[in-house]
Amino acid sequence: MHDQTIAELAAALERGECSSVELTRTAIERIERASELNAFITVTPESALAEAEAADAARARGEAGPLTGVPIAHKDIFCTEGVRTSCGSRMLEAFVPPYDAFVVERLRAAGAVSVGKTNMDEFAMGSSNETSYFGAVKNPWDRRTVPGGSSGGSAAAVAAGLVPAATGTDTGGSIRQPAALTGISGLKPTYGRVSRYGIVAFASSLDQAGPMASSAEDLAILLQGMAGFDRRDSTCVDRPVPDYRAEMAGTDLRGLRVGLPREFMEAEGVDAGVSSAVSAATQALRDAGAEVREITLPNAGMAVPVYYVIAPAEASSNLSRFDGVRYGYRCDAPDDLEDLYKRSRGEGFGEEVQRRIMVGTYALSAGYYDAYYGKAQQVRRLVQEDFARAFESVDVIAGPTAPSTAFPLGEKADDPVQMYLSDIFTIAVNLAGLPALSVPAGFGDGRPVGLQLIGNYFDEGRLLGAAHGYQQVTDWHRQRPPVEE
Amino acid sequence: MPIDAKEVGQIAHLARLSISEPATRAYARDLSAILDFVEQLGAVDTEGVESLAHPLEMTQRLRADEPTEPDERERFQAIAPATEDGHYLVPRVIE
Repeated sequence: MHDQTIAELAAALERGECSSVELTRTAIERIERASELNAFITVTPESALAEAEAADAARARGEAGPLTGVPIAHKDIFCTEGVRTSCGSRMLEAFVPPYDAFVVERLRAAGAVSVGKTNMDEFAMGSSNETSYFGAVKNPWDRRTVPGGSSGGSAAAVAAGLVPAATGTDTGGSIRQPAALTGISGLKPTYGRVSRYGIVAFASSLDQAGPMASSAEDLAILLQGMAGFDRRDSTCVDRPVPDYRAEMAGTDLRGLRVGLPREFMEAEGVDAGVSSAVSAATQALRDAGAEVREITLPNAGMAVPVYYVIAPAEASSNLSRFDGVRYGYRCDAPDDLEDLYKRSRGEGFGEEVQRRIMVGTYALSAGYYDAYYGKAQQVRRLVQEDFARAFESVDVIAGPTAPSTAFPLGEKADDPVQMYLSDIFTIAVNLAGLPALSVPAGFGDGRPVGLQLIGNYFDEGRLLGAAHGYQQVTDWHRQRPPVEE
Repeated sequence: MPIDAKEVGQIAHLARLSISEPATRAYARDLSAILDFVEQLGAVDTEGVESLAHPLEMTQRLRADEPTEPDERERFQAIAPATEDGHYLVPRVIE
């Protein structure tokens, strides 16, 4: 059952061919056998089996929905009541939240069974899953390479068939880039579509939660379960949630206007394997009747530098809450209050987190604020306006998700700026707040390549429809990594 | 703009981070590289461009000024490193 989609599993459950308890047991066994991938930080077999029994009972009563009884995993950034939520950090190594995140609540209410919490870059800061306090995650396609990040554990878990789906968060590419590097499908919804309540905050004007799975149809099913208004997130948008599967099914590639940004197609430093796979993908869209045309996003090249001012600035503010007083790591025997703060934070945060806190602190400090933060916010508007102009003439924008396929563990770990450039095609989307997804589009040197599709605000239905249409004429999303024992 | 070890020390103090001497030097190198990278923003003409703080340009939602949260002090303090009589404990601040 491990290589089936949610849609297929739901049908099998409905026909009585398997039970949720069986699916959940299989997931737990597969997670144990694949422990070398290090995809999970915490596995919760007991509560999972209890939830699975409840799901089977609900189905017997005729109360099953499309997610009832389907095992899933949550990125360890989502607060789970009574289950340790580490955010990949020593700071939260022993943190057991007293409440559930909105996404956790909603997916549980929809009947999904949570089997555990997946590994991630510390505080979601990273593009390789190597900054986790709990160790790097390995890419199931080639265990010498990274799975991408920050939702690397979720991506590896889905790619290896440990669970059919997992949640992620995407601040600069953290769903799409690992989805690309592990050959799965991942969606970052429009900013504000999914509540941020109970997600450990990184950069609040950019953070957004979304699903990771093995098909666009599964993403639609999961988004249906996750989206919705929540007053506890002040930037959650109060707007009706459409029927995403119906909108997806109602989207035709024939006549769909697809824009290819010249700046993405001509970017330097893109692997040849990525370029050729993405060209083939756009040709497949053309062959299916899409009207593919070149567009321009003149300020796209500024997105990464804008992000590396704004995201660290917001992070330095958000992470000031970790003070060793109320929850989280506290140093031993502090001399005084300042020593308590400084050593708790100095010992509790890893290097990349400290680096970003310091960049943010510097960018926001008196005398530098206008030159860095003010300037970045102005350029952020230019990036957003580029997209607005593009969407006057196209329905979706297509291009590569990441400039390279999965890179070797350790290759970029010592060079922060090189690592930041892994997100060169994904970051502009977060700055503008648009929805975007990555779907598998072939291989370069045997490693998966992702095709990124970007939609207009709240146009997830059509975006998923374009991806689903592509998956009807290709089978890259059906490819699975070779089994390694 | 290059950042030296002394400036890293000042920034770390502002951010309330204790960092070791060798780490300070490594951070000076990394922060200089990152700031050098973001300084390409200076070349963009932003004359008259309004800053964008939020992608959907939302304004803060308001609600009626009524209590919505129950008192959950005991539950929340159960996860604190040190408490006593309903208070969070920190090292002595006043001699």
